[in-house]
Amino acid sequence: MTGFWSAIAAIMWKDILTEARSKEVVTAVLAFAILTLVILNFAVNKDTSLTPVVAPGVLWVSFTFAGALGLTRTFALEKERGSVEGLLLTPAGRDAIFAGKMLGGLAFMLAAEAALLPFFAVLFDVSPFRPLLLLVVVLATVGFVAVGTLFSAIAVNTRSREIMLPMLFLPIVVPVVIAAVAATGGALEGKPWGEIAKWVQLIAVFDLLALVFSAFAFEHVIQE
Amino acid sequence: MAMDRMAGKALLVTSAALMLLTLYLVFIWVPTERNLGISQRIFYFHVSLAWVGFLAFFFVLVGSVGYLWKRSRSYDNLAYASAEVGMVFTTLMLITGVTWAKPAWGVWWTWDPKLTTSLILWLIYAAYLMLRAYAPAGSQGARYAAVLGIVGFVDVPIIYLSVVWWRTVHPPLVVGPAAEGSLEPSMRAVLMVATVAFTFLFAHLLMERLALRRSEEEADRARVVAESNLAGYRAMEGA
Repeated sequence: MTGFWSAIAAIMWKDILTEARSKEVVTAVLAFAILTLVILNFAVNKDTSLTPVVAPGVLWVSFTFAGALGLTRTFALEKERGSVEGLLLTPAGRDAIFAGKMLGGLAFMLAAEAALLPFFAVLFDVSPFRPLLLLVVVLATVGFVAVGTLFSAIAVNTRSREIMLPMLFLPIVVPVVIAAVAATGGALEGKPWGEIAKWVQLIAVFDLLALVFSAFAFEHVIQE
Repeated sequence: MAMDRMAGKALLVTSAALMLLTLYLVFIWVPTERNLGISQRIFYFHVSLAWVGFLAFFFVLVGSVGYLWKRSRSYDNLAYASAEVGMVFTTLMLITGVTWAKPAWGVWWTWDPKLTTSLILWLIYAAYLMLRAYAPAGSQGARYAAVLGIVGFVDVPIIYLSVVWWRTVHPPLVVGPAAEGSLEPSMRAVLMVATVAFTFLFAHLLMERLALRRSEEEADRARVVAESNLAGYRAMEGA
């Protein structure tokens, strides 16, 4: 059991260390997310009274697109260096590889999101630093990354992988997007827990299913 | 093989005959609906197409689970062929739905749970077919597709639930067609015949696509053999 956990920690640490040196993924995701915020602002900003209505949607569109972009990189780097085979040769099990890669991706996504929230607060004049909102962001990101890591391992071996990952991943995470937008809207308006509880529960159930299924399916994806 | 041929012919003839009967029933025999008028007749095609599309994607699920479990090519072929045919039916379902919505509701599209879920379903299987085209051939592509074939199908109820919740937060934009569930017996009968006719058409198309798939595989094998023979011949000539 300790071997399992230390394998996960080692894979995750390897990814974080590489990222800390190159800062490639987090910067790219953050820059793209800010750009999306600005562009979407043109679509809705004519009427400032609409801002509270559209702000949650804008935030999640920006997270989703930037996340799809960033998750492509989780396996693209391994592929470019030919290190997937190296990973498979180590005594770490496939489930440990999945968990390690997933936690690494989760760390990048959360870092990028944490950096994006202040921009969101300034550009859309909202105060997003509420415990409920942070809970929603973290939970929804877990579901995103669980599905994204699985499809990233698939997309990396296809032609035109940059378009393949969003195509595979976005329709599947629609429930999380809907629930996250609804829960974020509720949290920004300062609604009580009771009114957003069902959305948070939906995200939690999706997370659970996504984690279990992705861990199981990953074994079939990464063979050879 | 001859038996297959015979069964294929029988399916074709049956579905053609049932299709003619459906056309007669829908356009001549069945009375016009009182509130919705003539446009309601598209409903018989729309519902049958939706049913067949869903059946096809269920076969994709069966083929995908079977492939991951048994690793047999025939399961993979079933999933692939069924996804292609299902895509045709689902596309037609969306087109007939949109065509009907304009005169009935006054808009081409509303983000109602059924419509939204159907559109996302369509997108998932569009991605499935793209994945089949872009993934490496052989077992790797088949495994990838099988994973998506399972995730896609399992995700549909969750998508539906989330859209229902989302829509009930906002008031519905358009009121749907008059209360469902109380269908005139004659209309119900026509719907049944149409559904059976389209199911036969689906079975026929699926069999044809599977046969074509087997021919493709045979051609691939023949090409590999021919290429290796050619390479051997060249090597001998060079020596």
